[in-house]
Amino acid sequence: MLDHLSYSEPKAKVISGAREDWELVIGMEVHAQVASKSKLFSGASTKFGSEPNSNVAFVDAAMPGMLPVINEFCVEQAVRTGLGLKAEINLFSAFDRKNYFYPDLPQGYQISQLYHPIVGEGEVIVDMGPGVARRVRIERIHLEQDAGKSIHDMDPHMSFVDLNRTGVALMEIVSRPDIRGPEEAAAYVTKLRQILRYLGTCDGNMQNGNLRADVNVSICRPGDYEKYRETGDFGHLGTRCEIKNMNSMRFIQQAIDYEARRQIALVEDGKQVVQETRLYDPDKGETRSMRSKEEAHDYRYFPDPDLLPLEIEQDWVDGIAATLPELPDQKKARFVTEFGLTEYDADVLTAEAESAAFFEEVAQGRDGKMAANWVINELFGRLKKEDHAITESPVSAAQLGGIVDLIAKGDISGKIAKDLFEIVYTEGGDPAKIVEDRGMKQVTDTGAIEAAVDEVIAANPAQVEKAKANPKLAGWFVGQVMKATGGKANPKAVNEIVSAKLGL
Amino acid sequence: MADVNSLTIADARDALRKGDLTATELTDACLGQVEAAGALNAFVHNTPDLARDQAKAADERIKAGDAPSMCGIPLGIKDLFCTKGVPSQAASNILDGFRPEYESTVSQKLLDAGSVMLGKLNMDEFAMGSSNETSTYGNAVNPWRRQGDAAQLTPGGSSGGSAAAVAADLCLAATGTDTGGSIRQPAAFTGIVGVKPTYGRCSRWGIVAFASSLDQAGPMTKTVRDAAIMLEAMCGHDPKDSTSADLPVPDFEAALTGDIKGKTIGIPAEYRMDGMPAEIEKLWADGTAMLKDAGAKIVDISLPHTKYALPAYYVIAPAEASSNLARYDGVRYGRRAKLAQGDGVTEMYEKTRAEGFGKEVQRRVMVGTYVLSAGFYDAYYNRARKVRALIKKDFDDAFASGVDAILTPATPSAAFGLGEMAAADPVQMYLNDVFTVTVNLAGLPGVAVPTGLDAQGLPLGLQLIGRPWEEADLLNTAYALESAAGFVSKPARWW
Repeated sequence: MLDHLSYSEPKAKVISGAREDWELVIGMEVHAQVASKSKLFSGASTKFGSEPNSNVAFVDAAMPGMLPVINEFCVEQAVRTGLGLKAEINLFSAFDRKNYFYPDLPQGYQISQLYHPIVGEGEVIVDMGPGVARRVRIERIHLEQDAGKSIHDMDPHMSFVDLNRTGVALMEIVSRPDIRGPEEAAAYVTKLRQILRYLGTCDGNMQNGNLRADVNVSICRPGDYEKYRETGDFGHLGTRCEIKNMNSMRFIQQAIDYEARRQIALVEDGKQVVQETRLYDPDKGETRSMRSKEEAHDYRYFPDPDLLPLEIEQDWVDGIAATLPELPDQKKARFVTEFGLTEYDADVLTAEAESAAFFEEVAQGRDGKMAANWVINELFGRLKKEDHAITESPVSAAQLGGIVDLIAKGDISGKIAKDLFEIVYTEGGDPAKIVEDRGMKQVTDTGAIEAAVDEVIAANPAQVEKAKANPKLAGWFVGQVMKATGGKANPKAVNEIVSAKLGL
Repeated sequence: MADVNSLTIADARDALRKGDLTATELTDACLGQVEAAGALNAFVHNTPDLARDQAKAADERIKAGDAPSMCGIPLGIKDLFCTKGVPSQAASNILDGFRPEYESTVSQKLLDAGSVMLGKLNMDEFAMGSSNETSTYGNAVNPWRRQGDAAQLTPGGSSGGSAAAVAADLCLAATGTDTGGSIRQPAAFTGIVGVKPTYGRCSRWGIVAFASSLDQAGPMTKTVRDAAIMLEAMCGHDPKDSTSADLPVPDFEAALTGDIKGKTIGIPAEYRMDGMPAEIEKLWADGTAMLKDAGAKIVDISLPHTKYALPAYYVIAPAEASSNLARYDGVRYGRRAKLAQGDGVTEMYEKTRAEGFGKEVQRRVMVGTYVLSAGFYDAYYNRARKVRALIKKDFDDAFASGVDAILTPATPSAAFGLGEMAAADPVQMYLNDVFTVTVNLAGLPGVAVPTGLDAQGLPLGLQLIGRPWEEADLLNTAYALESAAGFVSKPARWW
């Protein structure tokens, strides 16, 4: 079994400044909410969209004397994610307190893992088109608590706090600065999201904020990045700025592009890029400073004395590893080798585990390419029109397989098949029975086709002469015959008979 | 029965079971004493109605023959314990009006065993102090006075209210908490017994946190036997506290045979401090002789890192406290300062915390913030953690060499006068903990036992330190010491 298809690395994005060319260097911290029903250190629900402050345990509200107790399920999801990213799992990890004051942080500290994260180094292969991919190194994944939500626009004088999200488990997935352009950055998040959804450890819902990214951007002259990779010395790279809390692929790209150009303009102007945290304003399409390095919080990290170090057993990790599903890279490679699909089609089909599963069911015992064609072009196209997910498809894999079977057997033509698909999509039913009941079966009886061809030839002598001079016009006869037979004649047979009768 | 409030838990238990006494009578007697002892300022919130209801329920249990040892025993609960529906303020202004909707695990266990809660006891604010003078309620007062001197003395701290209440027979026993000596020092100052169990023996759930890696709840009682009975009811594994140990609870009382023949008692050279009062020195020597007479083997031992314990403690405890106390921000409960027009969230924090926290708490929050800050973390906090590991190793080595318990003074002096330290450097006050902090840093069990009076008639105590999880053995040694010392003095009533 192939782990992944072979690929070559893409070129870094180059932006031409007023004076010279620049490359981009991007690293990301993705916060992925663990798909868990309860919070990281309390039994409170994580249900999205509940009444404000209804999913709050005493410990979430930091009531005096309350203590955190680790949710084992969340630990398992972090380990599972680590395994999915081919990362090192740390059997010993520990929780630290990150101290800062904010009304939506009731404890006055966030419980996180600074010194000993649960997951170490791994990788993500970011697809950038057939045969091209970027290998992005993962530095670490740690577990931490989410903060609550401050609401400042409900009242002119007061702010409100909703603690429903307080204490929800997040996995912070930290990449190395291996991403080399805005498109790659978006593709990285897309791929990460895809893997997390395959693993089932995060639902990837960016709209609800369940997946969001902090993006570190710097610029360098061509060649400097390679020096950094050779030496590990960040001195070869430019000063970075961090753009916080991005939850849209489009905004990630726009923000990086804007930020890179801002930094290039500064440097070419003889000024310095200042290390700082910035926010992207999608209305204005620009990033602006949130706080400088000097204003940065001193988080006073120290080991949380309320929690013992997290020690897990290799056997337990192995048990989780045994339940991992086939991941996107493997699945894609298999679709290409097993079904002879193009990489592009394999990509489309494996984007979601559910569509891949649907395809496999259709392709089972049938022609893989034909199955792929029908799933991608007909089914996906139709679903997209109505904004339906594959899980909501009115056509089941068995029904679609039935349609493909009818084509393969020569019972219906491709054109009739499309009509049949529409009937099945809107009305349901067994495709074979529909074909039977509605007389949609194509005519393969050559005698009947010959008669129809003779009739058309006899009725159109002028066209016959023209076609003899220009064989391309034979298609007109085929069209007439198809029309006369209500589209049910086997087009291949019609073609052959028309050619023979016209003596072409 | 007369003066039933002065009974021990063991005697009251026997009388209750025999029917010579009812829990209601006992509770009423205590409530009367509490009412009359306002001058001691030991209780800061009384719960007489609750107490009478609980006493009634206890009487029914006793009648039904379902009576654990603590059933019907009136207790005082330190204000650091969250008690459901009852003010729980850690003696701080910042928790003004706070009534928890939950009951701490330890107080719940005591209630489940049938104990009666008379009310909440005074303490130093957030358990930070050694004299009970940092309380928002004003200090509790030691029932003991120097002979022929009406000067008011400290009951010690932080569990000063607990110590005063037990010593003055307002209740039969009380809960305390001990982060650096807060049970043992006040116990020694008031002539009672105080136990700091092994870290993890009692659940911390529902106890307002001071320094999470050091805090432990424990009993403060009139006798070692009472401490054994009460500790058994308080402790045990609690899944709600990740640092609570999943170990069986032994029958501590059954271990009290008084037989310590063949036990090895270590006398640590480093606890012989320069300028130690002769009386303390003599007390220690007398205690050593008593244990020897009881059949123990006495050995000189060395705990070489002792002198670094106090500085390490005063880095670690404030560091944890600075983080633990961040939640008192005026947002969700307790006090919020009145804000001026235009004040924002920063002003809310600053004003609320400036007026809600007393000076000593503010000092420790600032020290703790400083030692954790970037650039100082390694020099202070990390170094203190390393020292802590060395201190623990000192004890491990001593126990590995065959020592069963270590005998030291509990405090460097007898109770001092209230206000006496007001002008002193805060470090002078911190020196009160010099014999006790090592035990917290190493997570060990320790017990203070009253063994004598000083020349002015004030009680003095010795401390025994045991192996982790071997409270039963430690209490038995303490029992032997108590029996030999025969300390029976009581403060003359003036309140």
